[in-house]
Amino acid sequence: MWDYTDKVKDHFLNPRNTGELEGANAIGETGSLNCGDALKLFLKVNENERIVDATFMTFGCASAVASSSALTEIIKGMTLDDAAKLTNDDISDYLGGLPKAKMHCSVMGQSALKKAIADYRGVQILEKPGQIVCECFDVTDLEIIDAVKANNLESTDDVTNYLKAGGGCGQCLERIEEVIESVKAKG
Amino acid sequence: MKIVYTDNNATTKVADEVINEMLPYLGQLYGNPSSMHTFGGQVDKKVTQARQRVADLINADPEEIVFTSCGTESDNSAIYSAINAFPDKKHIITSNVEHPAINNLYKELEKTKGYEVTFVPVDKKGLLDLDLLYNSMSQNTAIISLMWANNETGVLFPIEDIAKKANEKGILFHTDAVQATAKVPIDVKKTGVDMLSLSGHKIHAPKGIGVLYVKKGFKFSPFLIGGHQEGGRRGGTENTVSIIGLGKACEMAKENLPIMNSTVKELRDYLQNQLLEKIPGSSVNGDLEQRLPNTLSIGFDAVEGESILLLLDRQGICASSGSACTSGSLDPSHVLMAMEVPFKSAHGSIRFSLSHYNTKEEMDHIIATLVPTIQKLRDMSPFWKDGKMI
Ligand SMILES: Cc1ncc(COP(=O)(O)O)c(C=O)c1O
Ligand code: FES
Repeated sequence: MWDYTDKVKDHFLNPRNTGELEGANAIGETGSLNCGDALKLFLKVNENERIVDATFMTFGCASAVASSSALTEIIKGMTLDDAAKLTNDDISDYLGGLPKAKMHCSVMGQSALKKAIADYRGVQILEKPGQIVCECFDVTDLEIIDAVKANNLESTDDVTNYLKAGGGCGQCLERIEEVIESVKAKG
Repeated sequence: MKIVYTDNNATTKVADEVINEMLPYLGQLYGNPSSMHTFGGQVDKKVTQARQRVADLINADPEEIVFTSCGTESDNSAIYSAINAFPDKKHIITSNVEHPAINNLYKELEKTKGYEVTFVPVDKKGLLDLDLLYNSMSQNTAIISLMWANNETGVLFPIEDIAKKANEKGILFHTDAVQATAKVPIDVKKTGVDMLSLSGHKIHAPKGIGVLYVKKGFKFSPFLIGGHQEGGRRGGTENTVSIIGLGKACEMAKENLPIMNSTVKELRDYLQNQLLEKIPGSSVNGDLEQRLPNTLSIGFDAVEGESILLLLDRQGICASSGSACTSGSLDPSHVLMAMEVPFKSAHGSIRFSLSHYNTKEEMDHIIATLVPTIQKLRDMSPFWKDGKMI
């Protein structure tokens, strides 16, 4: 539990930019009560598509709060185009790293941001492509394949750390294993 | 910063009296109790006294006490001994809220040895489905093993009734009494259990010492095969220092049992009632009556356990959460899930477990800290608005 960096502790104990944002014109929500963490991101975007203000509301552990707080600090002043390129690693790096088991907190930040940008631009995020592998956390095989490739994940534990998939009832663990094997087999 | 320790179901402070009892045997009196010389013999005398003290706490005979290295070893020894005694019986009965010390063993036996394990469910209050339990008993059942008290919620199972039924059907019965010991009266003769586990570090003795009570007459087979120690039931030179400490702790536990069920219980109830009153959207997990006197598992809607714990920790308060967040699984504990505690409060469940070292001032400090802590977290929770869940 005390694997957290000083930066994570600071952003957890003194979170920046919390609460609803008055005049927000873009909102992104991710996670759920059942999952154990959830993030609602509020953005105020000006006519030049620049983020002039950002706030968050988060339900979750210390690293979920810290990741959300860091996210709002990073994106303030960014254009939407630049913000769209932000990855979960950027959030984690900003905090001086997150424990492996908490990587999904940064993934959650990235996902809420994507949704907020889509909300602003009025584009619908389509039904996720691919097949649902983990029912508990609504994760598809394509998402697992992407995460395995991008982060060189080796085991089901790694996948759980990044995507939460497999961390609930555990029924999908065999299927996750198969997906990892299939990525490895293809090299 | 002063530490307020309310995590006694995780482990306890070693009592000063216990340390004093142990020190000579850690130092000058290092003899081996099995030796022929007087130097070792005096240690043997002290171990014999400790064995008697443990037996007295649970109303056993001293020969029925086997010292082990921890509660986990006691649990494992009991189960393995049962399946060795009845190799043809391939069925085990337990509950779905057991401690990993034994739960993971069942999973292993299912996977690698072809055992069928019935995990009897609990209801929303954490109470056992007795009908299902009794109906699942069969000729093929090698052992029934149920915890006496749950480590997370403190909920008690009716061990005496169950042992009676098991005895009637001639099925071996073991109970993990690691959490029940020193908190509720235990009388193995009256209860009629065949085996019972307890652990030193939960009752103000050191970590790494446990006991398995084995009823006279049972054909016990050792888990650790080696020397003749413990009447051939557990090989390995005795952990004399810890055994002596555990003996003292058991003697004290017997004396303190009334305090546990009056003073400590009153403190727990005070903490519970104040929190319920001062924090809206809070609820107790587990049956209010059939419960250990020292344990309070309480859930707070719309906030998450780890965050609460870390903020309590800032104020020197030690407690634990029901969520297994750090293990990568974000699901709340298997115990709260088995009880179908709703997600809205399960993720924000905190366990306070007291001892006779706690004071009313400490409870007030917890209350004064927790009220604003929950408020702070709710202020940034997307599921809480204007004083309620959304
Ligand atoms: C119910 C229960 N059984 C078994 C154990 C394991 O005891 P030990 O830590 O001595 O192995 C514990 C404590 O962790 C427990 O609470
Ligand atoms: S389906 Fe993936 S953890 Fe339950």
